[in-house]
Amino acid sequence: MSSSSTSTKGIWKVITASSIGTLIEWYDFYIFGSLATVIASQFFPKTNPTAALLSTLATFAAGFIVRPFGALVFGRLGDLIGRKYTFLLTLILMGGSTFAIGCIPSYDSIGFAAPVLVLLLRLIQGLALGGEYGGAATYVAEHAPDNRRGYFTSWIQTTATLGLFISLGVILLTRYWLDEDAAKSIAKFNDWGWRIPFLLSIFLVIISVYIRMKMKESPLFSKLKEEGKTSVNPLKESFARKANLKMVLLALFGATMGQGVVWYTGQFYAQSFIENVCKVDFDQSRTILIWAILFATPFFVVFGGWSDKIGRKWIMLAGMFLAVITYRPLFNQLLQLSDMNNKIEIEALRQIKSNYTLLPNNTDTLKKITIKHFFEDKSILTETKIDTLYKNVAKKTIKPIVTVSKTLSSSIYWKMVFIVFVLILYVTMVYGPIAAFLVELFPTKIRYTSMSLPYHIGNGVFGGLTPFIATLLTTIYTSDKLVGLYYPIIVSILCLVIGALYISSKINISNKN
Amino acid sequence: MNKLKRIAGIVWILLGPISIFYLIKTAASETAKKPHIDTKIQWYVFVIVFIPIVIGLMIFGYYALKGEYDDIK
Repeated sequence: MSSSSTSTKGIWKVITASSIGTLIEWYDFYIFGSLATVIASQFFPKTNPTAALLSTLATFAAGFIVRPFGALVFGRLGDLIGRKYTFLLTLILMGGSTFAIGCIPSYDSIGFAAPVLVLLLRLIQGLALGGEYGGAATYVAEHAPDNRRGYFTSWIQTTATLGLFISLGVILLTRYWLDEDAAKSIAKFNDWGWRIPFLLSIFLVIISVYIRMKMKESPLFSKLKEEGKTSVNPLKESFARKANLKMVLLALFGATMGQGVVWYTGQFYAQSFIENVCKVDFDQSRTILIWAILFATPFFVVFGGWSDKIGRKWIMLAGMFLAVITYRPLFNQLLQLSDMNNKIEIEALRQIKSNYTLLPNNTDTLKKITIKHFFEDKSILTETKIDTLYKNVAKKTIKPIVTVSKTLSSSIYWKMVFIVFVLILYVTMVYGPIAAFLVELFPTKIRYTSMSLPYHIGNGVFGGLTPFIATLLTTIYTSDKLVGLYYPIIVSILCLVIGALYISSKINISNKN
Repeated sequence: MNKLKRIAGIVWILLGPISIFYLIKTAASETAKKPHIDTKIQWYVFVIVFIPIVIGLMIFGYYALKGEYDDIK
């Protein structure tokens, strides 16, 4: 055991204080993404091109540019003034900006100022997230005994997934909590209720800041500071010196790049695929992910702990390898399970409802036809066709809007939960040991800076782009619904080869100075 | 193993210009297909963010070719 590591009782306090804060930061970051459609309707009206432009910037800039930039800014700060105060600052910035988003009046109330404020606050969120993870992982790792670093840091690794879990749960609960009638409750949520998950954040942040304030600085960093050995210029030492830069590049191309795409495919793309390609309804597509996360989360700790015994490398690479060989069959299975052509319809139960509404111009009519198909296995397919019947015959060529929504039977639902569970199991393999791996790759005095950048490029850029690139591929190659998976598969193969060739299979426990 | 690490270094170096060419070609064709400001911003961000990363891959390949990773077992 390291001479400077904390007692077992003390380490749990450290893990709790760090994990709660990090979990809240992930929660804050994800609620914006999960509520993107509602936020867009409140702040970024499509009718205003500038507002729509700001919406695109808010989506792209926060994830892909600002996160790595936050890693540099706060990483440098963490190596100069210490871990504790830096990740306290990131927590306050994240919590404050999340709460403020919940308070901004809509575009209809204050006009153009609304989308500008949302964009600025979203950028602060991205910046804060870029600084948080490296601090929390480093802080826990520097308190942990050398031989159990993988196990203790794996608790920090659960926070990203649990943050997603809590954000989905809070959103679903709020959606149905505002009125006894479900439809009215959803309408209220879309109007003003979406603010509740944002406002809730401030209470969580206050509690977390209070806990973190009571914590001491990392023992390894304190020792360096006492000895006057802290880095004078962490950015220069991290990225301008070949000995360290080569390890930063190895961390990115041999580990975090593949980890990022496996993480985003298993959680975000899987949910998006179930909702948009398989056409499973809003609630089921989210609760499938919630259950899968719940069952898979303990495995972060299992693989983190296991990595202390057999090393980090092969667990992470095995996760990537399994992802590469099984992604297509598993996603294909999701498609097959939700395919209603494979089921027998009970035609006698079919319901057809027509509704005609006169539009405000008093000449055209909105025609809405809803057809409900019931199947023997208790799945339900709802087809809705909305068409405008124009008085002016020339306009009749406009295509009607057709939407399809599937409610799965219980057995199909749980089969889907199992498949998503397997996808998240791969996430736990690649992500569980990675904090310990990154911490051990760099010396204490520049650790925060050095590990934060490859982590946030791997996750924010390679991982964050997964849904966009996968969706983009499906729009280019329309005949193959699984074509989007080639992006995470190719990135994982590249990372797998680089990791297998260049990463050490030994645990580097002595990288302290 | 070290020989393999060095030879693979050439592959990582070559992947750099190939990736940049493919990225810019795709960006140009996609923005030409849909010349909306949203599409342009998406692709500008992709190009601006990915080019430094690809240069990083080439530096990684150069280090591998020079045997900088030979001592990692």
